Amino acid sequence: MRFILGFIGSVFAAILLFSMISNLATYAKNPPAPLAAEEFHREPKVLHLKSDGPFGKFDKAQLQRGFQVYSEVCSACHSLKLVSFRDLKGLGYNDAEIKKIASDWKTQVPSINPDTGEPAGRKALPSDNFPAPFANEVAARAANNNALPPDLSLMTKAREGGPAYVYSLLTGYRNADTYRDEQGKPLPADAKPPQGLHFNPYFANLNVAMPPPLTTNGQVAFADGTNPTVDQMARDVAAFLVWTAEPNLENRHAAGLAVAIFLLVASMLGYLAYRQIWHDAKRAVRITGALDPKNQAKAKRAKARQGVAG
Amino acid sequence: MSFSWARPYEPKHPVMKWLDERLPLPRLAYGAVGGGYPVPRNLNYFWNFGVLAGIFLTIQIVTGIVLAMHYFATTDGAFNSVNGLIMRDVNAGWLLRYAHMNGASFFFIVTYIHIFRGLYYGSYKAPRELVWMLGLVIYLLMMATAFMGYVLPWGQMSYWGAQVITGFFSAFPLIGEPLRVWLLGGYAPDEAALTRFFSLHYLLPFVIAGVVILHIWALHIPGSGNPTGVDVKDERDTLPFHPFYTAKDGWFAATVLLVYALVTYFAPDYLGHPDNYIPANPLATPAHIVPEWYFWPFYAILRSFTIDFILPAKLWGVLAMFGSILLLFFLPWLDKSPVRSGSYRPVFKRFFWLLVIDVLILGYVGGAPLNWWRTALGQFASAYFFVHFLVILPLVSAFETPDPLPSSITDSVLHGEEAEAAPAGQTRPRRGATATAG
Repeated sequence: MRFILGFIGSVFAAILLFSMISNLATYAKNPPAPLAAEEFHREPKVLHLKSDGPFGKFDKAQLQRGFQVYSEVCSACHSLKLVSFRDLKGLGYNDAEIKKIASDWKTQVPSINPDTGEPAGRKALPSDNFPAPFANEVAARAANNNALPPDLSLMTKAREGGPAYVYSLLTGYRNADTYRDEQGKPLPADAKPPQGLHFNPYFANLNVAMPPPLTTNGQVAFADGTNPTVDQMARDVAAFLVWTAEPNLENRHAAGLAVAIFLLVASMLGYLAYRQIWHDAKRAVRITGALDPKNQAKAKRAKARQGVAG
Repeated sequence: MSFSWARPYEPKHPVMKWLDERLPLPRLAYGAVGGGYPVPRNLNYFWNFGVLAGIFLTIQIVTGIVLAMHYFATTDGAFNSVNGLIMRDVNAGWLLRYAHMNGASFFFIVTYIHIFRGLYYGSYKAPRELVWMLGLVIYLLMMATAFMGYVLPWGQMSYWGAQVITGFFSAFPLIGEPLRVWLLGGYAPDEAALTRFFSLHYLLPFVIAGVVILHIWALHIPGSGNPTGVDVKDERDTLPFHPFYTAKDGWFAATVLLVYALVTYFAPDYLGHPDNYIPANPLATPAHIVPEWYFWPFYAILRSFTIDFILPAKLWGVLAMFGSILLLFFLPWLDKSPVRSGSYRPVFKRFFWLLVIDVLILGYVGGAPLNWWRTALGQFASAYFFVHFLVILPLVSAFETPDPLPSSITDSVLHGEEAEAAPAGQTRPRRGATATAG
């Protein structure tokens, strides 16, 4: 049986090594040209938020500004299906404010006419989730040059880089014709955006269907008087999307700290109990053991006294 | 039970006495994990990971049962029930979900350490072959359960992972495609597949628990192994499981749970993939489809077959991937060395660490996007994996001269971990040092 298994293993290994050699030979003969999308793609910029790190907490003023950017800009195309108006309490709004935000929301909640049963709309309530700007995918694509604006509820968890990616993308639009990368290299003609797409080096394949949403400073007049630069608006909406994706972040951090302290204490007490319980068991072996270092040293001394070399 | 000096159960409280006479459940527990189970006194911390695996299985079952109360197994509802209802509205739902998600990863981490402990210390050798094989059955069930659990949130990686893994079946000629369609209940993963995955994901952990009982039962016949691999000779070599090993397991479990808590609370998505926060879309294939990290080594083996040699490359990959796990069932007969512990096997030991590096390389290659050098590296590492178990191990066990063994467990304890290789009455000579007459 060992010979059969050894033979099977050798067959697998032989095929694998042959594949490896043929792969390397293919690569040596014609190495693949680097793709422009890989060459020009950039890692997200650094973005620091108050919610970062193990003790991070939300900056509620920033979340409110980010929410304002979402409601005045992003919500024209992007839904926020998993978030409901009542969740806005986490941003520091009170019940009356939330009620007003819900009933003033520009999109109505799909409903039926109670008299005729015809499809209708009604004003949103705090218990409603944010209504989507388009009735369905077909409507969304029809209004957006056949591109589907993704739901933003989980955006910062659904992209490599999270909020830094959102911030980089929103501030990363460049003119494809004049763009130079860090080495001063221009974009090759075949990597330039086709009709209807927009060049953005932070997007995976460089060309994104979304037109630049934040274009001018002052596009949103922040209620708290913060200077609404494009950079500030992008930061704030990225922070807001951290909250939509992870509304329980503060709870999680606080609970995590308590659990960590509890387990640390439990493990230390457990260790002391373990040492206490094992103490006698280890000692019992030593006292009787002929090979205990102490007993061996004793035997060696005894031998030395008798003039026998150790 | 295994040893004549195992303490018999003597109920003190009248209630326990009453119970013991009618249903000797306390007696069973006492003999299995209580003072009635004598355990070698020289176990190191690698022997804690079996208990830890049991703890994580329990965590998974408890959190999983509560999650199932709030989960909708429909293609429309699954994603929103996990990411909306459970993560936002269920009391501490976010904790249950993150604990379950990371609990799976930690279950695999401790199980992998447990398996490699067994590989190094020869835990698969006689008389513990069945312990080893039942352990492998648990591992296979774990992989099936974890795969199906990953499909349940119905994100992009869930969907495409299911698509790729169920696609394995279509690699087999003739029966492959009909088998795949029958297993999925459709031509692609859909509601039928999701609901049956949910059903099986709920069932299999209890099957695992059953096999765990068999695994422990089979272990208790010869008793636990130990780092020297030397058999227990008398009572001095053992300590009762309780309180000695319950105390050791207790504090160590709290420490491992601390690491688990830090990941769960402070980096819950670190071990996951961002694409799984995008709802499943059968029309959009993700740029890089990767399984969860604990499948990466096997995924690397699967992807390493790039040439149609007699059979199609895909079939070779599937056969090799299943073969890479199935060969472990033959391990007790591939490695015929009479010495159990790798500590006394100088040649085996080197190849063991080579295998560890090999599996880490396979894991890296399986998780990263493919390019020319990673493909080649993966092919080399996959080849080594098979050669290691099926060629090197039998040869090493035939030609290796093992180091002398200690005369008993008690003797080895006195030397501590470092010098445990010393035979009775002398320390092991350092390599290169000339032996001097005493």
